[in-house]
Amino acid sequence: MRRLAAFVATLFFVSVLVFVVVRVLPGDPALLIMGTEGSPEAAARLREAMGLNRAIPVQYADWLWRALRGDLGVSIQYDVPVARLIVSRLPVTLPLTLLAACLMSVTALPLGLYAATRHRRAGDYVAMVFSQIGIAIPSFWAGLLLILLFSVRLGWVQSGGFEGWSGGLWPGIRSLLLPAIALGLFQAAVLVRATRSAVLDVLREEYVRTARAKGVSEALVLGKHTLRNALVPIVTVAGIQLGQLMAGSIILESVFALPGLGRLALGAITARDLPVVQGVTLFVAACIVLINFAVDIAYVILDPRIRYD
Amino acid sequence: MRRRPLRHLTFALGAAITTLLVVTAALSLVYTPSDPLAMAIAWRFQGPSAAHPFGTDQYGRDVLSRIMRGAVTSIAVGVIAVGLGAAAGIFIGVLSGYTGGWLDEALMRLIDAVQGFPAILSALLFSAVFAPGVAVSMVAIGIAFAPAFARLTRASFLELREREFVVAARALGAGDRRLIARHILPNTLPPLVIQATTSFPVAILAEAALAYLGLGTQPPNPSWGLMLKEAQNFLSLHPLFAVFPGGAIALTVLGLNLLGDGLRDLLDPKTA
Repeated sequence: MRRLAAFVATLFFVSVLVFVVVRVLPGDPALLIMGTEGSPEAAARLREAMGLNRAIPVQYADWLWRALRGDLGVSIQYDVPVARLIVSRLPVTLPLTLLAACLMSVTALPLGLYAATRHRRAGDYVAMVFSQIGIAIPSFWAGLLLILLFSVRLGWVQSGGFEGWSGGLWPGIRSLLLPAIALGLFQAAVLVRATRSAVLDVLREEYVRTARAKGVSEALVLGKHTLRNALVPIVTVAGIQLGQLMAGSIILESVFALPGLGRLALGAITARDLPVVQGVTLFVAACIVLINFAVDIAYVILDPRIRYD
Repeated sequence: MRRRPLRHLTFALGAAITTLLVVTAALSLVYTPSDPLAMAIAWRFQGPSAAHPFGTDQYGRDVLSRIMRGAVTSIAVGVIAVGLGAAAGIFIGVLSGYTGGWLDEALMRLIDAVQGFPAILSALLFSAVFAPGVAVSMVAIGIAFAPAFARLTRASFLELREREFVVAARALGAGDRRLIARHILPNTLPPLVIQATTSFPVAILAEAALAYLGLGTQPPNPSWGLMLKEAQNFLSLHPLFAVFPGGAIALTVLGLNLLGDGLRDLLDPKTA
């Protein structure tokens, strides 16, 4: 209950931050949207239409009330509701984020576990060197190198664009595979390190020594006693990473020319389509806050010793 | 305990690469092989040669000189962004941890909310409202770092607030400002310094990403991210053009990460 109240309060602050940046900081959003070409009369009409001559708190309350009902305004560039634009781009951004998260988990968790069991032996060092390199490579450069290798040199896949989901699952996944690898690489490298150190911490615990002393097999020690206890710090990191993957997909969409949320927002900046940028920012920030909230809840399920009072 | 030969190797390698970065940046301010902004269309897309070790770009500009000057951009944005984030975060953390109560609660929710805005997201919003540019990327990256600094500062303050030496100083009549500045803040520094060191390479990655998206450093100024954006248009014709700036980013970040890890190992043997 307390966590839920905190979550709502956090969402409230998210909306205030976006509102302040878009409506309050620039002085006059009407002039911002019209640029230098608009006549004073047109600006006055836009101000009237946007409700800009009312008090700021009233404007905020009105804007928030509309946003809560799913009304994020109308795109200036496309003349359609922003909410509908966002929904139309989700079938690219969400699968990309989730695919990257899957790739990250299936490579990083076993590798981190392996490195921990080979602590300070060759396998550990090799894993750590790979993770250091992965952390140093910017995702968009990884994307460019993948394009260079797989489309320019080998010609196996096209270098970008999205085939959509209408042709079945595989064509869609195929066009998201390279971006997802590039996106997940950095976070996987981070997760390997986090997993390794979380497992190492648990392996030093008394109960692990006790279990080993009792003659419990090494596989069972790792699988049952260690992994479950190491999961809390791992889930913390992975949760933060899911939010970062979502934000990072904005970059990869740009590299691979994918029609997702990020490209929608970037295009809106050049077109001075403020409602779209505002809507996308609000949406993504709210998603990230929601993920962080879910991680908090996951703690309690994973580790009954943690209680929020 | 076994000796670990790699421990000092990490630190030494990190220090060497970081020194190389700083020397390159400093050198580029007084000397570059060619003018990083000088165009020579006739000499566009040259391969590596003695005159242009890394070749030339689509305007015939010397890639090596632009990479050298790009190091200055990276360092400047990194230092200022981490500085902004640390200043804002420490301020909020002090306020939150020292006063406690409802203000602490409200500030922590604000910090939770700020955590919903990674650098890319703030940069998108600021670029739409103001104009894309290097200032936008510094502020956006700084905002993304603020929560970590705020949490660390708050945690230290909560712990130190009740300690004997603080209580004693208060009993002797020290005011709030003196208690914070002289007695508590200096004791919170070690974790904050480690946080700043580890944030720096992240800031450099973020700067490159924002410049790549066109939200950060603007042309014709050399930035590694911007160079990659330009290189993408000529990927099939001149792949090497995309290799050098990316390599510069990766090497820099690798060096700084190794340095940070090595430093932490040397300073804090417990966690090594």
